[in-house]
Amino acid sequence: MRVTVRLFASLRKGRTKSAVLDLADGAALRAVLQRLEIPEDEVSLRLVNGQFAEFEQVLASEDVVSLFPAIGGG
Amino acid sequence: MGGYCGKVLRVDLSKGEVASEPLDMELAKKFIGGRGLATAYLRREIDPQVDALSPENKLILATGPLTGSSAPAAGRYMAVTKSPLTGTVASSNAGGKWGPQLKFAGYDMVIFEGKSPSPCYVAIRDGEAEILPAEAYWGKRVWEKTDALVEEFGDKRASVLTIGRAGEALSPIAAIMNDKFRAAGRSGVGAVMGSKNLAAVVVAGTGRVEPEDKEATTELVKELRTRLRENAVTGEGLPTYGTAVLVNIINELGIYPTRNFQETQFVEADKASGEALAEKYLTGRDVCWGCPIACGRYSRADDVEGGGPEYETIWAYSADCGVSDLASVIKANAWCNEYGLDTISAGATIACAMELYQRGLVTKEQLGDGPPLEWGSGEAIVEWTRRMGTGEGFGAELALGSYRLAEKYGVPELSMSVKKQELPAYDPRGLQGHGLQYATSNRGGCHVRGYLIAPEVLGVPEKLDPHALEGKAGWAKLFQDLTASIDSLGLCLFTSFALTADDYAGLYSAIAAPGCTAEALLKTGDRIWNAERLFNLAAGVGPEQDTLPKRLLEEPVADGPSKGRVHRLPELLDEYYRERGWDAEGAPTKEKLAELDLV
Repeated sequence: MRVTVRLFASLRKGRTKSAVLDLADGAALRAVLQRLEIPEDEVSLRLVNGQFAEFEQVLASEDVVSLFPAIGGG
Repeated sequence: MGGYCGKVLRVDLSKGEVASEPLDMELAKKFIGGRGLATAYLRREIDPQVDALSPENKLILATGPLTGSSAPAAGRYMAVTKSPLTGTVASSNAGGKWGPQLKFAGYDMVIFEGKSPSPCYVAIRDGEAEILPAEAYWGKRVWEKTDALVEEFGDKRASVLTIGRAGEALSPIAAIMNDKFRAAGRSGVGAVMGSKNLAAVVVAGTGRVEPEDKEATTELVKELRTRLRENAVTGEGLPTYGTAVLVNIINELGIYPTRNFQETQFVEADKASGEALAEKYLTGRDVCWGCPIACGRYSRADDVEGGGPEYETIWAYSADCGVSDLASVIKANAWCNEYGLDTISAGATIACAMELYQRGLVTKEQLGDGPPLEWGSGEAIVEWTRRMGTGEGFGAELALGSYRLAEKYGVPELSMSVKKQELPAYDPRGLQGHGLQYATSNRGGCHVRGYLIAPEVLGVPEKLDPHALEGKAGWAKLFQDLTASIDSLGLCLFTSFALTADDYAGLYSAIAAPGCTAEALLKTGDRIWNAERLFNLAAGVGPEQDTLPKRLLEEPVADGPSKGRVHRLPELLDEYYRERGWDAEGAPTKEKLAELDLV
């Protein structure tokens, strides 16, 4: 299945802004991090299709995954 | 008592007199300083029903006991007065170095009363103050005026607090500017200064802020500075990208108000994000006095260079106006700084005007030779901000703020505001707690009276479901009370990404109020919140205004992650009043007032 991944802020350093990944059916969000070699402790906020998600969430084809480090502002 | 100077400077602008008086320490024990103490003074000294732009209103510039101390990010002051925008108490907060310099000059606060017969400014140095003529500075841009006033004052350490042409013209969305780019932006405090013919307040001092317990202060400050440095938000996120790092997360969540809140996602958000700012336009960092976080930015677009833009500014001029060109946002922000306009209200007012134009309520003919107010027009946001500052043509209508503008065209509901103050950069339809906070904020539409984005989005101090209602009334009260205390201490709210109520109580205890606990600090925050509420009720701003724009209560989001959602305020408000100890009409009960020792 194909999922789109978007990276933000410091997660872009040395990587990409966005990528389309081919993942095995039933893959969890965690597999995205493994594929892109992003340590889990660098990722603070995880969204799937704009909704908060855990590392264990199982992805579906055409999902959009957005990953952020710890950020704040206001 | 450590921390405080123990002195108030009172400036009677009508009589042209300055006088020093002791700070009311009994009141300081109850209200800390800054926002809280200035509100207590304001309640004591003015009738809440006065016209905000009349000589009977007073303007208080107040520091907290920690301002200018060694505590981290202790560079804040508050401008407290009756707001010409909202009719409520206004308390606008700014960093830079003005607050610390006032303390070094020997004063905790300055109270301005009356009205000068002609433009003047006040120069303060080491316990001395004088009123000086300012005709030559009236009408000048903020940057040029600041440099000239420092030169005239004759001390490069001097900090200049001033207004721009918007404040001079009494725009209800005019800001007070200090150190060129720092703004006590909200609620029209700049217009109150303008109404008093007060052009600027220049201050420098050589004193120090002495803590009550030096040893405890040194130890605690060291620990807290380390914690701020090691925290992912205050140690890395904010220093690297500034506040604008929020653009993408808020947009991805579908809570990024777009085209005057008609939509909640902006497809081109990343082009005008913190990442884009850092990549293409950033020229440096702006650090407030004593701050280890250093979130401020300097940026440059073509020949325009200056401070900012902050997250809220980017949102107001970008997504809210449908503009993806960050260079135009930087230029519009620069006009706000030069003319002293609140960037949230200014950008959101242009967004409102764009919707009026979209609906044919404002026509091309009315705009004269100005650019059409079309969604996405970078030229429109820059040029109309400039004209808002100078008051040219339709710019004078824009300078009224979105509520008065939309009301003029018979559609006040198109102003995305609470209590007539423009809402900031988060759509409450996807944030139930934050929306409750908007509706109940004592200064109208505002994100920094109780920043529930922290738990509802960022997971600080813990992650809450943004769509859930349960417990949100209690969270709103907790955040509002803690924020009131932080604002009153003189610290930057951003420290709260890493520090807790115990930490703030510890700092207050070591520097000024031995024995203070987190519980006592929160109770003081509750007292301050209720004092503000009492002012507003007496001013005639009652529970009927504890609401949100109709669009956010009745129009479900059409698309994106927040699709189908509205804000469910009616299900939250009664519970919030109960949490506060208020009656069904939103007034503090006798028992509550007795508990807080408040009259």
